[in-house]
Amino acid sequence: MMWLDTIVQGILLGGLYALFAAGLSLVFGIMRLVNLAHGDLIVLAAFLILVLVTALGLNPFVAALVAMPAMFALGFALQYLVLNRTLGPDILPPLLVTFGLSIVIQNALLERFSADSRRVSAGALETASLQFGPINIGTMPLLTFLSAIAVIIGLNLVFYRTSLGRAFRATSDDRVTAGLMGIRPDRIFAIATGLAMVVVTIAALYLGTRANFDPTIGPARLIYAFEAVIIGGLGSFWGTLAGGIIIGVAQTAGASINPEWQILAGHIAFLLVLLARPRGLFPRAVD
Amino acid sequence: MPILALDNVSKSFGALTVADKVSFALESGEALGIIGPNGAGKSTLFNLITGNIRVDAGSVTFDGADVTRQPPMARCLAGVGRTFQIPQPFEKLTVFENLLVAATFGARKRESEVSDDCALILAETGLLSRANQPAGGLSLLQRKRLELARALATQPKVLLLDEIAGGLTEAECHQLVETIQAIHRRGASIIWIEHVLNALNSVVGRLLVLNFGKVIGIGRPDEIMASQAVREIYLGIEV
Repeated sequence: MMWLDTIVQGILLGGLYALFAAGLSLVFGIMRLVNLAHGDLIVLAAFLILVLVTALGLNPFVAALVAMPAMFALGFALQYLVLNRTLGPDILPPLLVTFGLSIVIQNALLERFSADSRRVSAGALETASLQFGPINIGTMPLLTFLSAIAVIIGLNLVFYRTSLGRAFRATSDDRVTAGLMGIRPDRIFAIATGLAMVVVTIAALYLGTRANFDPTIGPARLIYAFEAVIIGGLGSFWGTLAGGIIIGVAQTAGASINPEWQILAGHIAFLLVLLARPRGLFPRAVD
Repeated sequence: MPILALDNVSKSFGALTVADKVSFALESGEALGIIGPNGAGKSTLFNLITGNIRVDAGSVTFDGADVTRQPPMARCLAGVGRTFQIPQPFEKLTVFENLLVAATFGARKRESEVSDDCALILAETGLLSRANQPAGGLSLLQRKRLELARALATQPKVLLLDEIAGGLTEAECHQLVETIQAIHRRGASIIWIEHVLNALNSVVGRLLVLNFGKVIGIGRPDEIMASQAVREIYLGIEV
């Protein structure tokens, strides 16, 4: 039953990657903005949770709840004051600005927290596991996966069932016409980035409790997130989850053959999907 | 008091003057037609009224307030509704969602308050059977109707129609004119840019002629059509 175990662990790992990717997918889907600082923002949120846990003695899950509004405000301000100015027909300015932001965040975190590896302690949950027949499933990986599904259901509900979601989609369709319908695109974009930062906080909770992190690991998370978004098809949330799972399964399968192959196998799976389906698994009808 | 007034509005793109000291006033409840050759600055005039293009000089007064410096969103909320010459629906949203967006954001109302109104507007514009289809799949006539429906959903005080009858068959055009006449009878103020003159003249009470960004005549349709300047500049090119 080794292979079954490998696949299940891979799927659960895919949940973590989908969490990394969901915020990226949201922002890209609405405003065609590629946020190169996304991974660093996840690390920033992980440090925020760490500070709340160590300074106030909060449970990490409570700390994440406290961090969410702060991260929403940060995302809103970042988009409203900085990133909105970079949006336009030219795709280069947002790339340059978010790349710069990535460097700023990394160095600010290094300055404040040093280069030491950190971890958020989740107590007994860290080692807890559940037995499903022949397979042992860690409670934290399972919680991660369930959170990813909850996030994606939640984002889909917001997108397709609320007035805010319609404004997201209308603004993404045609920014100028949206303005004529009484929508303020700059504010809609800011809310979208704020929402992405709430998802980032959830991703950070699991990043921080399940593995060591330090200020420089953001870009590596960004790559997994990117691959998940692209495999899934740009702008589709369920596609992003599927993309995360494909990378997760490929990585655990690679690692079960040889531990050195873990990362490589994920990237190879990404390339294979792109060869077969250049627009991803669930591309939107028109782009 | 007029609902909308332009006072010496000018706009140039480099050496090209698209609005040259344009002044006119639209009375509340009035329907005004705008005609002029292609490139006369008719659509630009709408963009200056909605705020998509800022004026170089002059002022725009809407409902007693100076809106010259206000962004499009604020003017939409104040009551300026507009349709585009080339329909620009939100293609990935359904027809009904297109209206909901316009009604909830354009009139700042709750979804529960507006869904009945939106359904009524869809019925009036003949789109009810298409309500749950993505707007991207509509035909030209349906797209033009959606433009009108969406503008109506923002509960405008002034409706700006940009060549809404262009490209339609005579029967389609006739239906659309009846819809517009019904909207006008309910008290809406309308400015209508149109090349289809018989459609236009069956609705509007006054015509404004624009050429090279200048107002060269404004008055009753029969007077305008009879004037020498219009015959030379406008009809001369058309015939």
